[in-house]
Amino acid sequence: MSPPAGKIPRWVDVALIPLVNIALAFLVSGVIFWFIDVDPLFAVEIIFYGAFGYDLAIGYTLYYTTNFVFTGLAVAVAFHAGLFNIGGEGQAYIGGLGAALGILAVDHLLPFYLILPLAILLAAAFGAAWAAIPAYLQAYRGSHIVITTIMFNFIAAALMVYLMVNVLIQPGSMSPESREFAPAGQLPFMHEMLGWVGIAMTPSPLNLSVVWAAVCCVLVWAFIWHTRWGYEIRTVGANETAAVYAGIDPRRVVMLAMCLSGALAGFLGINEVMGVHHRLLLNFTAGYGFTGIAVALMGRNHPVGIVLASLLFGMLYQGGAELAFEEPKVTREMVVTIQGLVILFSGALAHMMKGPVERAYLWLAGGLQRPAAQEG
Amino acid sequence: MADTTNSSPGRPATGPVPAPSAPAPSGGGAPPAIELRHISKAFGSVRANRDVCLTVKAGTIHGIIGENGAGKSTLMSILYGFYEADSGEILIGGRPVAIRSSRDAIAAGIGMVHQHFMLVDTMSVVENIMLGAESGAILTSSVEKARAELQRLERDYDLEVDPDALAGELPVGQQQRVEILKALYRGADVLILDEPTGVLTPQETDQLFRILDSLRRQGVTVVLITHKLREIMAITDNVSVMRGGEMVADRVTAETSKEELAELMVGRKVLLSLDKQAPRVGDTVLAVDGLTFVDRAGVARVDHVSFTVRAGEIVGVAGVSGNGQSELLELLSGIRPVTSGSFDLLGERFSATRPLDPSTMRSLRAAHVPEDRLRTGLVRTFAAEESAILGYHNDTLYNAGPFMKGEAIRRDCAAKMHDFDVRPQAPVLKTANFSGGNQQKIVLARELSRAPRLLLVGQPTRGVDIGAIEFIHRNLIAMRDAGSAVLLVSVELDEIMSLSDRILVMFEGRIVGEVPAAEANERMLGLMMANAASEEEARHKSPGLPGAITVEPE
Amino acid sequence: MADFLFSLLLIVDATLRVATPLVFAAMAGLFSERSGVIDISLEGKMLAAAFAAASTAAVTGSAWLALGAGIGVSVALGLLHGFACITHRGDQVVSGVAINILVSGLTVVLGIAWFQRGGQTPSVGPDARFTPIRLPGADALADVPVIGALYSELLSGHNLLVYLAFAAVPLTWWVVYRTRFGLRLRAVGENPGAVDTAGISVAWLRYRAVLCAGALCGFAGTYLSIAQNAAFGREMTAGQGYIALAALIFGKWRPVPAMLACLMFGFLDAVAIRLQGVVVPVIGPIPVQLIQALPYVMTVVLLAGFIGRAVAPKAIGRPYVKER
Repeated sequence: MSPPAGKIPRWVDVALIPLVNIALAFLVSGVIFWFIDVDPLFAVEIIFYGAFGYDLAIGYTLYYTTNFVFTGLAVAVAFHAGLFNIGGEGQAYIGGLGAALGILAVDHLLPFYLILPLAILLAAAFGAAWAAIPAYLQAYRGSHIVITTIMFNFIAAALMVYLMVNVLIQPGSMSPESREFAPAGQLPFMHEMLGWVGIAMTPSPLNLSVVWAAVCCVLVWAFIWHTRWGYEIRTVGANETAAVYAGIDPRRVVMLAMCLSGALAGFLGINEVMGVHHRLLLNFTAGYGFTGIAVALMGRNHPVGIVLASLLFGMLYQGGAELAFEEPKVTREMVVTIQGLVILFSGALAHMMKGPVERAYLWLAGGLQRPAAQEG
Repeated sequence: MADTTNSSPGRPATGPVPAPSAPAPSGGGAPPAIELRHISKAFGSVRANRDVCLTVKAGTIHGIIGENGAGKSTLMSILYGFYEADSGEILIGGRPVAIRSSRDAIAAGIGMVHQHFMLVDTMSVVENIMLGAESGAILTSSVEKARAELQRLERDYDLEVDPDALAGELPVGQQQRVEILKALYRGADVLILDEPTGVLTPQETDQLFRILDSLRRQGVTVVLITHKLREIMAITDNVSVMRGGEMVADRVTAETSKEELAELMVGRKVLLSLDKQAPRVGDTVLAVDGLTFVDRAGVARVDHVSFTVRAGEIVGVAGVSGNGQSELLELLSGIRPVTSGSFDLLGERFSATRPLDPSTMRSLRAAHVPEDRLRTGLVRTFAAEESAILGYHNDTLYNAGPFMKGEAIRRDCAAKMHDFDVRPQAPVLKTANFSGGNQQKIVLARELSRAPRLLLVGQPTRGVDIGAIEFIHRNLIAMRDAGSAVLLVSVELDEIMSLSDRILVMFEGRIVGEVPAAEANERMLGLMMANAASEEEARHKSPGLPGAITVEPE
Repeated sequence: MADFLFSLLLIVDATLRVATPLVFAAMAGLFSERSGVIDISLEGKMLAAAFAAASTAAVTGSAWLALGAGIGVSVALGLLHGFACITHRGDQVVSGVAINILVSGLTVVLGIAWFQRGGQTPSVGPDARFTPIRLPGADALADVPVIGALYSELLSGHNLLVYLAFAAVPLTWWVVYRTRFGLRLRAVGENPGAVDTAGISVAWLRYRAVLCAGALCGFAGTYLSIAQNAAFGREMTAGQGYIALAALIFGKWRPVPAMLACLMFGFLDAVAIRLQGVVVPVIGPIPVQLIQALPYVMTVVLLAGFIGRAVAPKAIGRPYVKER
């Protein structure tokens, strides 16, 4: 059995062991780099430089971070209810679709400050709706949510292709995209906004949605830990029988948690569709939904951890692009591999290092002071 | 200590269990079946076994008694290879043996019948018995051999069971026989039984003891782990008492008494019954009428049950576990849906068409202490303060607008912990880090502190040490004296008899008897619990002296 | 009549072609899940095996070596899953998803590093693939009415792995229900305590189950890349691992019903492709995307349990901890 709770301080459990897990993931990634004849240290250097080394890089890094915050929060909220939402890709896709439909309908009619809340609402609603069906099937029919959400990812992809090619495509155009949104339907870029106050910044995709991401972090934190609905979600996730005893209906909670999750994933659409591309196009989710899983696990389902983890993955994405430039052997899939390793070490093997780390801590702590008297 | 092997092979196995025969003259004799020397085992800083020595003579029934947490289960787990002792030796038949796994234990001739049966419900009796002792890689020949051997065992030891029945569909007494057969099939000379009678009626317990006596006559050594004094006195030849991880005494059963053993178990004079005033009964708070619950397999788990509970009284529901009492509590607390019938709870009627849900139950000022606190009544990973609001989390006391009031919740928990003597008094400590007794006190604090008008309680002292048991019992009596109606479900007859004003007996989902507590005794209740007699006959067969001795509280 | 038979033939061919990897993967999932270990990583194991087989075939030119490589890699991933779930009692679903994502990335990383074709492996010739086999007597019987046609057209002419897939079903049945290993496997998925107290190692039993799953997925993946096709393409499993899992659940974790569910998927897929472009009243021509999405929609419908509820092995998904 492990040492009693009192002897190991909380920070070991909350910070040290997760850091060790991440370190292991990166160590294995380094081995893979070495295996394909890329110097791991060189790779690290380029990644860092590519992520933070210059103005444009920081912009891009933060832009990626925005996406990961949304999908990470989405996965985390579902995890709190004991659900594994792998459908972030599809929910983000459909969320973006919802926002785009709304914008396309009113962007020549309404001003920006009305279109923005409308788009946010639509992204949330569509994302939630796409999550609601797997949620309903899990809650009321017992269908395994992991499989159904993955299926819905595939279905979303097929649906979007159909819509883009047959319905939303601009007449006469070859590429499957919608028309560009009017300026009222576009989120201002960060470099534009900084320009209004006289700060120069190299143009990057970073836009206003990063503020919304920060707001969502606060809202999720308050909701999950400081409201009674958050309490109910956590109870269902921790002990469903106790939840029933307490008068909580687990099925309703599953629906609520998944719809919130889908809504958060849908906000990715706001960033990509309204903030970056200013049109609806194919594949703007680009695997960010899956990154959300790694981010949530790494960040231990808490907004603070998620922000840090999102930053890390933003760095990997942007730095990785820089590395791909320098070393053509390395592509985006290397980041996917690292994601898989992070999920493995932070999720599945999360407890592997608990014993050794705690023993090491006790040994070190014991070496610095006289051992405490044995408890009776 | 003299050898007390039973030496009359032809004794018929009918009627009450024969008492152990007079001690035979001691001589050199066979080496002890089991000898444990200076066994110690610690889990972290918890010393579960401290320098324990035990000698079990061959061919005897040896009891090990102690409260929950005394270390008896750990000791037997070491003997059966689940754990390895930190230090000490094990000798089987006089020779030192290393037991590092269940496989080693089985090879050494040790068989174990666990408290919670280790059977595969979807497989037949033959398959269960064969599991792990198959005679070859291909099954068909193994099955033939197993069947033949099974028949032989059943004949020799008088253990009838249908070999092709699915283990999950057998009644509990038969499942236990399958467990015993499993051990004998592997050639066990020593049989360890861990709390075997928790799920049996007194009459089924007698049957089990007859089987154990028959085993003893065949030369099998039996080790009986229990916390029930009655059983020790009834069947064992020798008894060892454990307390706080140590072996504190060995006695020849015939030369000791329940009182002495109880005192050794606990370390001080023990109260075997509570002193309580006569009930001051008021209005009917709960009226149950023809309540029925039919499960998915079509079995009526609660079968047209009707009774009432009034303010100021404790109504105890006795019965062997599995006869519908758990389901009854779940129906009345809104966790399970009613199939037919109805109940009136504090003036509101609930039925299949108007189901009760737990939050409505609480708003009517009823409370529910569930039977399994960790599974149902608490969330292990929550801080104690969060577990302490479970079920009441929507209350205005804890919420301001959309947000929860952290300060208020913490203060409330601290107050509850103080009133109910929960240790440590730390609202932020994780629920899992409290001991069983303290966890139960958290649940009680939560449910009792709102002065409910109806209190539904299930197994309130399961897995709780004796000091906390007294505390909990006194609190339940206090609730009743303050005017609450209490419905108490428990498998511990002692608890039912000492706390209740009226006792109902459930069997197979029906109420088969109702007795005022003053007139009840174990024999009578036992007969009703096994439905071996109607209420009339039961009273007739067992004219009652009230059960336990009354001792002044400390 | 000949026309109808010809169509039927095409459909059966297509059914078998689609069903084969599903059958292998479903049997793999059966071993794992019956022992109590959820296996979401069928997808990842298949994809990894497909890549390993295609790469080995491209480099060595031998189909058999490729099969060996496919099985080897899949087994290694199975052991990884076992290590996380059995030895370290990790969350089985998370482990499965981790492996899937890891494989999804790693196969492309290695593919680009070794073959520089954007993730594809080079096409291999028929020597390095599993090609259709003519069963003995197929030519001779070809003209015999009905039976001959059935034998020489329907049964004969598939590649070895197709035959192996359908042979795997009775083999799996026999192992699970008629051997000692199978008895213990079923027991450990229902009540690991019963197995533990009988002196059998729960962990070793589950590891063996996971190894079996790995081996079978190796066949599935190898089939995809060098039997059904001639090279590996990124994400070529396209969800078939999940579909196989759904078929297993729908077949209530039993070999023959699971196989029938896989065949049903294959059949529906085959029929659906023929419907492509067909004009349906009101909607107009059936869009190709609908056909593409059909297997995934079907999976959801199956899992929604409108066609019966499935009861999983009782101990599934819960790591075994000695109850004390």
